[in-house]
Amino acid sequence: MITASLRKSYGEALVQIGRENKDIVVLEADLGKSTMSCFFEDQFPDRYFQMGIAEQNMASTSAGLALAGKIPFYSTFAVFATGRAYDQIRSSIAIPDLNVNICGSSAGLSDFGDGKTHQSIDDIALMRVLPNMTVLSPVDAEETKKMVKAMAESEGPAYIRINRSDLPVLTADDDKPYQIGQMTSVKKGDDITVFASGIMVHQSLKAAEMLEKEGISVEVVNVSCIKPLDKDAVKQFSAGRKGIVTAEEHSIIGGMGSAITEAMSENPLPLVQIGVQDKYGTSASCYEDLLKAYGLTEDDIVTAVKRLIKK
Amino acid sequence: METTILNRKEAMLTANAIRSDILAMLPPGKVGHLGGSSSIADIMSCLYFHHMNINPKNMKDPDRDRILLSKGHSVLAQYAALTELGVIDRNELKTLKTYGSVLQGHPDMERTPGIEAVTGSLGQGLSVGLGLALGLKLEKSKGRVYVICGDGELSEGQVWEAAMAGSVFKADNLTAIIDLNGIQATGTTEETFPIPNIAEKWEAFGWNVIQLDGHDVVAIHKALEEARNFKGKPSVLVARTIKGKGFSFAENKAAFHNGSLTDEQYKIALEDLEKIKNEVEKS
Ligand SMILES: Cc1ncc(C[n+]2csc(CCOP(=O)(O)OP(=O)(O)O)c2C)c(N)n1
Repeated sequence: MITASLRKSYGEALVQIGRENKDIVVLEADLGKSTMSCFFEDQFPDRYFQMGIAEQNMASTSAGLALAGKIPFYSTFAVFATGRAYDQIRSSIAIPDLNVNICGSSAGLSDFGDGKTHQSIDDIALMRVLPNMTVLSPVDAEETKKMVKAMAESEGPAYIRINRSDLPVLTADDDKPYQIGQMTSVKKGDDITVFASGIMVHQSLKAAEMLEKEGISVEVVNVSCIKPLDKDAVKQFSAGRKGIVTAEEHSIIGGMGSAITEAMSENPLPLVQIGVQDKYGTSASCYEDLLKAYGLTEDDIVTAVKRLIKK
Repeated sequence: METTILNRKEAMLTANAIRSDILAMLPPGKVGHLGGSSSIADIMSCLYFHHMNINPKNMKDPDRDRILLSKGHSVLAQYAALTELGVIDRNELKTLKTYGSVLQGHPDMERTPGIEAVTGSLGQGLSVGLGLALGLKLEKSKGRVYVICGDGELSEGQVWEAAMAGSVFKADNLTAIIDLNGIQATGTTEETFPIPNIAEKWEAFGWNVIQLDGHDVVAIHKALEEARNFKGKPSVLVARTIKGKGFSFAENKAAFHNGSLTDEQYKIALEDLEKIKNEVEKS
């Protein structure tokens, strides 16, 4: 399977939409070589604002650019993009419902070496709680590309969280636009449904394959739009199932799993949440070590599914 | 007036040992912040070995002086100094940034002996240091607080909030040290986000400003003496440094902000340090 960089895809998508629309502007806080917003700087230096290491100012300046009719995208590591500028996002962007687009790069545990201050396990929760905010978690490079376009075209603020690592390409490179709110089944099955986002969709597919060999049929749903959450789709994908697993590279508190749980509260099913269990991250020499230590592997999903089957 | 004797040669050799420990943490292929760590090695040497009131056997003494690394990514220099002091076990160096290691990618007071705060999100360390300094005053502690900031980091507004507060509260037991190496993550600060007149800015915010060469141990020593004896205002050392100092291929190169060395570069690095050591010993 081909793998591709979501970050590169973000940078390339900015260039593409920037070429089509002169109102696209990009802001960065000294991490453009990592978020890949530097591609935009190369092409459109006049519409690129290197704001220095100053995320709060960058967020509110983006709001001002939006008030002037521009469509800003700002990027930095996910922790700083969201948490560091939370009140600025809330007051100057989300309350006035401005079309400011935020990219949180190196999200989740993917910045494995830098440790807990740099690992973002609460960004979805922070952005999801804000009225007006759209929250996106792409599964691969293709989806990232389409999402960036959709973010620019939709009214109101949006947040996209991007993995530092390359991921297998699951979605099609075609002209079909990304619809905000979209939730898609990437593997059919009927015993258990796994609602997953980001890298955990890939882990879930591996788990589903393993379980299939044991005669357990698992449906895997890519929840790449966490907000607005398609509640009808959640209902449809969980109808008649023995149980539900949610899998995300984020705290189990306030993230995608919480969103699914909230959506299912009227028609509850046995449910297991896989994610970071109310802990901070830590340093590791590779991403895989962390995914294992934090219970985010295909084996963890297999165990969760089996627990539900036994119930 | 309190004075400390500086053995120049010894201070330089300790700085060299710090650089060599930094290197031990970054074997070929391992990504880490070599540049910003080596630029503060001489400052670390003077602070830990000639200035600070600390007891390596009791790093919890309430009267101790404290260093907070606001530019937390450069914690390798602090791990190295703490290793030279015997606070960190030398065997730990090779475990840097591996799962379960006491040596995390950024300063973690809960994990590492001798680390005084959690830092790494830039711009916050001076505020934490200010609070610590004010608290120590309330406790009538003799402890002084040193906070090391990056020049790129100065673009965080919170630094200037802390600067204003430091002078409002006359925190003269607080010393900020600006590691003015002129390079941040993207490239030079000149190209990325230039901040002119840094010394004048601190002065305008009400600080006692001392400008110096951050690789000259005698100058560092004098500046630290002056800061310690200056009353009524916090002091700031604006220290001109070279990112990657001591490693010929890395000096002034943004690529070594957070990069890895090749086998060849590692070999050169060892030779560079050996050469410097011999020169200092002969001087
Ligand atoms: C709030 C925040 N934003 C971004 C980063 C990512 N980052 C780490 S180091 C760095 C550059 C720091 O430059 P400088 O302060 O000059 O340090 P030095 O050159 O001494 O390494 C950046 C942008 C961070 N750690 N914290």
